[in-house]
Amino acid sequence: MAALPTIWFVAIVLLWAGYLLLEGFDLGVGMHMILLARTPDQRRVMLNSIGPVWDGNEVWLVTAVAGTFAAFPDWYASLLSTLYIPMTITLLGLIFRAVGIEYRGKGASHRWAQFWEFAIGIGSFIIAFGVGVLLTVSTTGLPLDANGDAVGGPFAWLTLPAVVGGFAVVGFALVHAATFLGLKTEGSVRTSARAFVVRFAVVALLPFLAWVVYTQVNHGNLASWALTVIAVVCGIVGWRYAARGREGRAFLGILLYLLAGLAAIFSAVYPVVLPSTLNRAWDLTITNASSAPYTLMIMSFVTAFGLPLILLYQGWSYWVFRKRISESHLPKTHVVMPASRP
Amino acid sequence: MDPLEIARWQFGITTVYHFLMVPLTIGLGPMIALMQWRWLRTGNERFLRMTKFWGKLYLINFIAGVATGLVQEFQFGMAWSEYSKFVGNVFGAPLAMEGLLAFFFESTFLGLWIFGWDRLPKKIHLATLCIAVMGSVASAYFIIVANSWMQHPVGVRLEHGLPVMYDIWAVLTNNTALVAFSHTITASVGVAGAFLLGIAWYHLWRRRRDGIDTVDADGRVVVGEAKEIQGRDKADHSVWIWSLRVGAIVAIVGFGGVAITGDAQGKLLFQQQPLKMAAAEAACQTGTSFSVLAIGNVGAKNCSEVKSLIEIPGLLSFLAEGNFSTKVTGVNALVPEYQAKYGKTLPDNPIYGSRAGETIQYVPLMAVTYWGFRLMIGFGALAAFAAVVALWLTRKGTVPSSKWLMRLALLGILAPFAASAAGWIFTEMGRQPFVVAPNPTGVDGMYMFTAAALSPGVSAGELLFSTIALTSVYACLAVFEVRVLIRYVRGGVVSAMPELDTHDDHDESTPAPDDVLSFAY
Ligand code: HDD
Ligand code: HEM
Ligand code: HEM
Repeated sequence: MAALPTIWFVAIVLLWAGYLLLEGFDLGVGMHMILLARTPDQRRVMLNSIGPVWDGNEVWLVTAVAGTFAAFPDWYASLLSTLYIPMTITLLGLIFRAVGIEYRGKGASHRWAQFWEFAIGIGSFIIAFGVGVLLTVSTTGLPLDANGDAVGGPFAWLTLPAVVGGFAVVGFALVHAATFLGLKTEGSVRTSARAFVVRFAVVALLPFLAWVVYTQVNHGNLASWALTVIAVVCGIVGWRYAARGREGRAFLGILLYLLAGLAAIFSAVYPVVLPSTLNRAWDLTITNASSAPYTLMIMSFVTAFGLPLILLYQGWSYWVFRKRISESHLPKTHVVMPASRP
Repeated sequence: MDPLEIARWQFGITTVYHFLMVPLTIGLGPMIALMQWRWLRTGNERFLRMTKFWGKLYLINFIAGVATGLVQEFQFGMAWSEYSKFVGNVFGAPLAMEGLLAFFFESTFLGLWIFGWDRLPKKIHLATLCIAVMGSVASAYFIIVANSWMQHPVGVRLEHGLPVMYDIWAVLTNNTALVAFSHTITASVGVAGAFLLGIAWYHLWRRRRDGIDTVDADGRVVVGEAKEIQGRDKADHSVWIWSLRVGAIVAIVGFGGVAITGDAQGKLLFQQQPLKMAAAEAACQTGTSFSVLAIGNVGAKNCSEVKSLIEIPGLLSFLAEGNFSTKVTGVNALVPEYQAKYGKTLPDNPIYGSRAGETIQYVPLMAVTYWGFRLMIGFGALAAFAAVVALWLTRKGTVPSSKWLMRLALLGILAPFAASAAGWIFTEMGRQPFVVAPNPTGVDGMYMFTAAALSPGVSAGELLFSTIALTSVYACLAVFEVRVLIRYVRGGVVSAMPELDTHDDHDESTPAPDDVLSFAY
């Protein structure tokens, strides 16, 4: 029973890790649609590389947030109310991106499609940044009073670590998506994605490393430092493989870089879930922020049943859509005309 | 400005907006699964066309439901942090279950369905849709369990002033949740029925108008064909007449179900939230009659200004108890009871800010509850009546050539949406001033006033910013969605099945079909 809050701390971190791993490439692909793609066909290839799976990936976000609500209501409440402004903007990004993916190809004009490609790109950037801020301040702290409410106005959260954390997820998503496109596409998109990893991976992955090291310097222990080293090694190895054109291994390397990095961060800050920068006595921890044991137990049963099932069928859906796609696989765009006499 | 007022407006706007997409998703999904199943069983091309066409509209709507649902998930923590901390122990659980046991199924399997045409074996492809649809229904169940706990808290005890759940089964089988769930599902079925009916009517009318279908001396349809208009062949007619009939029947069944479940809800409500129900009736005095039309200022908190014009004797008792003579307690008698139980003024607690010590208004806005209740029933009854008339008018195989009737059929699509929105507004605003309403047979002290639920750290300015931002984005979104929907509706079946396009000559240079995706964004 006493272990339940710890189990749920791990579960929440896993849900976020799942989100960053899966939706990470969706968000990066979204950004690459305006960064990397040069032709409308390339944009379409990119969009369709995530087409069947992006919505399922997004549910990891929904579940991470709802899981936090169920297991650590005070963490959920303090974090989201303090980040009121950035979360509002993140929600707008989520709205525009989701609608853009579905509606982009459903208009009559070229401008309509361009507008939505732009919305997907900017929206993806905003979401990645917002999630980065959310997770970073959970580890670096917010100016909270004894009741867990923010002191210092709507922008009290806006600190250097928060901004670096925002870019950490943006940068990771860009690299992760490029390795993903290398695996999922063929032709020009594959080539330019591979080139992107080789040229920019080191720079783009740096903010995440900064966040990892920042938490190590402040709270690190032997195990978390070891994880940090593993993360760095994985990152470098992944990047080297990318340079040699080994796409599968590059993808795996970047993926492990994120996982080890997250493990390093959260094992260092454990058992604090949301530090107060005003007074460490007001920190939210896994004990004072968690639900009662009964609730945690019920949720553990549900998760123990649900999560393996989810992994199974989401894995299956990746298997079904495993084929690479390229411009030549795209069906012709169909212009919808009214079915009537003029 | 008062942050509480802004936060309430914001929650109301975003939730009602979300619930414009929700009932269509819930109602249309099973219908499309049914169509695809018929196609699989009979091999009849008509059902394939129906599946593709309605499936397209379903997806256009679905995505707007996803986009607006995401907002809901964050809102409790952002604007209502005190509420979230107070109820977190019990309220978060159904929300998390909704994610784990419903949304994952819904989104993953819908992705498989959309892109799985021609790639998955036919039966498995149909199964993916069925699983996605079950996900939608499960999500409705879990979220209504959460909402019903706010209406009628069960399965908890108080520890240090906070509700602590001890019986998840009681929460999941809360009678309030079971009736509200069946009411909402049947309402959604009605929404989808009217949607099928209205759009199918438009196409049948279009075919007559374009001179494709004609009627003989008996008024029976003579189905024709127009080679030059894409998709307007003979099979096209049967797509629409079938859709229309299925829609009308489903709408009627849905509304029947809504009446039965609504009646059960009313009876529970008289026991669980008597003041809400009395306010819904503008029943100031204790009595037995149901008011059909009230005059005076029903919005007044003061009952002396309300006068019932038309009353049906005994009906109120029937709604409450199933007989015609039980006296139902009116507002005037209930308010002192509430005051004795829950206090006359808000407690002197910093949580209430400047509101501490204010007199508590136990009577919800009567104009909203009274008219919300009547609009819900009224719009529903209207749509059901219209569906019956539509079945009769189309019994000879097509619709009348009247343009006005066609417009009415399209307009009729809105009625059940309006009824659903009215139902929620009544349910939620009728719960005021509580955000967690007290359970008359539950634990003492297990309630929360809305005034205590807000995030203390969030300013009116922030709330105003997000309200304006979300409302304007939602307004744009409505324009986009309706524009896309109209394009695809006008396009008819071909809009969802490009392969039927007669203008598309197949040139030989295109790659072999098995290389090209059968669907791509
Ligand atoms: C009676 C049904 C019902 C009600 C009352 C609500 N929803 Fe909803 N919601 C659905 C029924 C639904 C659905 C049918 O499952 C949706 C609608 C369209 C869709 O895409 O799924 C959905 C989508 C949806 C999504 C997106 C899921 C995804 O990404 O696939 C979220 C996060 C929420 N909702 C959350 C909420 C919250 C927190 C609500 C409470 C205020 C809420 N919904 C009210
Ligand atoms: C989709 C269906 C729903 C609709 C249309 C709806 C509608 C509304 C409306 C109109 C209000 C404003 C009430 C007022 O200002 O007086 C409101 C408030 C609220 N509702 Fe709902 N609601 C829905 C579902 C839910 C669900 C499922 C929950 C919980 C899971 C919920 C929780 C709340 C909360 C916390 C408030 C804010 C406090 C308040 O002002 O009462 N609602 N809702
Ligand atoms: C004879 C007809 C009807 C009766 C007696 C009836 C009764 C009720 C009652 C008593 C409530 C309030 C429940 C509460 O506050 O807890 C309610 C809510 C609601 N109604 Fe109806 N209703 C009827 C028709 C309709 C129709 C036609 C629709 C929509 C198509 C509809 C949609 C809703 C919705 C969405 C809610 C809010 C969710 C809920 O609590 O279930 N109702 N209804």
